[in-house]
Amino acid sequence: MSKLAKQLVVQTVDLTKNYDKTTVVDRLNLRVEEGDIFGFLGPNGAGKTTTILMLLGLTEPTSGTAHIYGYNSTREPLKVKRITGYVPEKVGFYEDLTASYNLAYTARLNGLPEELVIKRVGESLDIVGLSPVAEQKVGEFSRGMKQRLAIADILVKMPKVAILDEPTSGIDPEGIIQMLDMIAEIAKERNMTIIMCSHQLYQVQRICNRVGMLVNGKLVIEGLLDQLGREALGGGRLRIEIKLAETTSKLVDCVKRIKGVVSVERSGDLLLITCQDDLRAKIAKAIVDANGLLVEMKIQKYALEDIYRKYFREA
Amino acid sequence: MQGLMTVFYKELADHFNSWRGIILFITVLLVSVFAVLGPSGALASIRAQLETPVQYGFGRFAFLYLFTTAGEDLPSFLWFITRFLVPIVGIVLGLDAINSEKNSGTLSRLLAQPIYRDAVINGKFLAGVVTIAIMLTTTILIVSAIGFNVLGIAPSSGEIARLLLFWGVSILYGAFWLGLAMLFSVYFRSVATSAISTLGIWMFFSFFMSMAASLTANVLAPMSQTPTTPELLKNIGVQITASRFSPIMLFGEATTVLLAPGERTAGEMLQLYHASGARWMPGPLTLGQTLLTIWPHLAIIGGLTALLFAISYIRFMREEIRST
Repeated sequence: MSKLAKQLVVQTVDLTKNYDKTTVVDRLNLRVEEGDIFGFLGPNGAGKTTTILMLLGLTEPTSGTAHIYGYNSTREPLKVKRITGYVPEKVGFYEDLTASYNLAYTARLNGLPEELVIKRVGESLDIVGLSPVAEQKVGEFSRGMKQRLAIADILVKMPKVAILDEPTSGIDPEGIIQMLDMIAEIAKERNMTIIMCSHQLYQVQRICNRVGMLVNGKLVIEGLLDQLGREALGGGRLRIEIKLAETTSKLVDCVKRIKGVVSVERSGDLLLITCQDDLRAKIAKAIVDANGLLVEMKIQKYALEDIYRKYFREA
Repeated sequence: MQGLMTVFYKELADHFNSWRGIILFITVLLVSVFAVLGPSGALASIRAQLETPVQYGFGRFAFLYLFTTAGEDLPSFLWFITRFLVPIVGIVLGLDAINSEKNSGTLSRLLAQPIYRDAVINGKFLAGVVTIAIMLTTTILIVSAIGFNVLGIAPSSGEIARLLLFWGVSILYGAFWLGLAMLFSVYFRSVATSAISTLGIWMFFSFFMSMAASLTANVLAPMSQTPTTPELLKNIGVQITASRFSPIMLFGEATTVLLAPGERTAGEMLQLYHASGARWMPGPLTLGQTLLTIWPHLAIIGGLTALLFAISYIRFMREEIRST
């Protein structure tokens, strides 16, 4: 099972950013390994974008350091930006210029030789499926097309790391899924490490293997997605609470016998059942069969969502 | 360097491919040609001037009449260049240089590329200056060609030297307005605000400065009912000094001395009066004397331009660019 230690792509050490007296990012220690699709979750204003700006050297940290592939983001921003693609939250293009011209500009800014510029632009547009509209002005594009163009824009420079800030904002549900799958595919094919910011949990769950949740500038949870599900979050199990008119040990036993039930706790006339799947129907039948009187039945679903919601409410 | 050139070429191409640039260019050309060739343009006055007997060597600069002579109803080419064309071109090219990129979200994408941040602002400024230079070159050449054709006078070497200097000074003057517009585009997020601020400053200097100057003069050096010569001189002196706070006035004085060496601006006369007590020194200034006279003007315009650009540069370099 033990793998060789993967290379660390992004590492921040006590990264802190204050604006006037408010702390936006508070001693953040972030580690992203090669090949990860890292979901950077957090409510609006949690400090996600500020963290990204510091990673790219676009703003200076108050204290602490950020490194991408060992390059210091504050001191060597050009080296960092050469290997990092960034799609900002409200990504924009020159609306009067064509899609291919917009991408060619990016390619030239990255110092690609002229013969490579056209080739790369063509390839990138092909991958995101925008080749047919390559010579159309970006002003005529829909929001979804612009988001895809933004992905093409980072493909042009063939980065090792891509930072996507809300890449799905403003797209319809169908488009979101296409977009996410496209990102996952690109990451796999090109062995690109991806950091995706989002406040949409299910989007992150769809493609990310690791997540970190930022709330008020602090990283509250961080780890592999399945691991988080198992450990911190009630084991991904369900808790069913039932209320009976009268509780007998016979009833408890017959509930325990149902396949899939992990444990049954008894407190007064309440039974707390932990199980792997949603067994409400079976439990109800068992109780009725044993002549029990079922008054109430509630289900508690534990998922990343609960923790997420809890923090969101606080934020 | 490569980043700077990439930004520069793109901006330059934008200036000449966009409707804004094309309309600007056509306007400049039309106004210039009309000022010289129009039905009540400069030509008739120039012919009349050329027919009067040569006094104090005026005729030596006949070719330059094209640029400095006003028509019956129309002001001279120089007047248009000073008051309108160059300021407007500079302002229009610079007024949304930075803030439109902020608003459209292209700036954060641009800055995420491996280029130094100053490549963006330098490239844009340079592209604006080169655009102004191209427009001025074309305009001066066309006006010269018309003069050549219609009047049949060829420029002397002295006139060519003066025109080249005028060309250079005008580019500097354009760079000043470009710098001013870019300064506001760095500071204000809204294009409308930056446009109004820049145009407001231009309008103040262009239309209200002379009023403000004479008001200042009347307060600082009031004249009696029947003003004496010293009173008059003091009043005019204050007025000229006050109006020199306007870059338009500075450029106007400098280019008048350059292109109409036989005439005297009020400032020159005052200077001469104080220096030698003479009321009137006949004859055109030599090129050297001209440069000596306008040197402070040029230094101030150049200094102001550098200052404006430096402020925008520093602000832009320190700013945090967010896409939202």
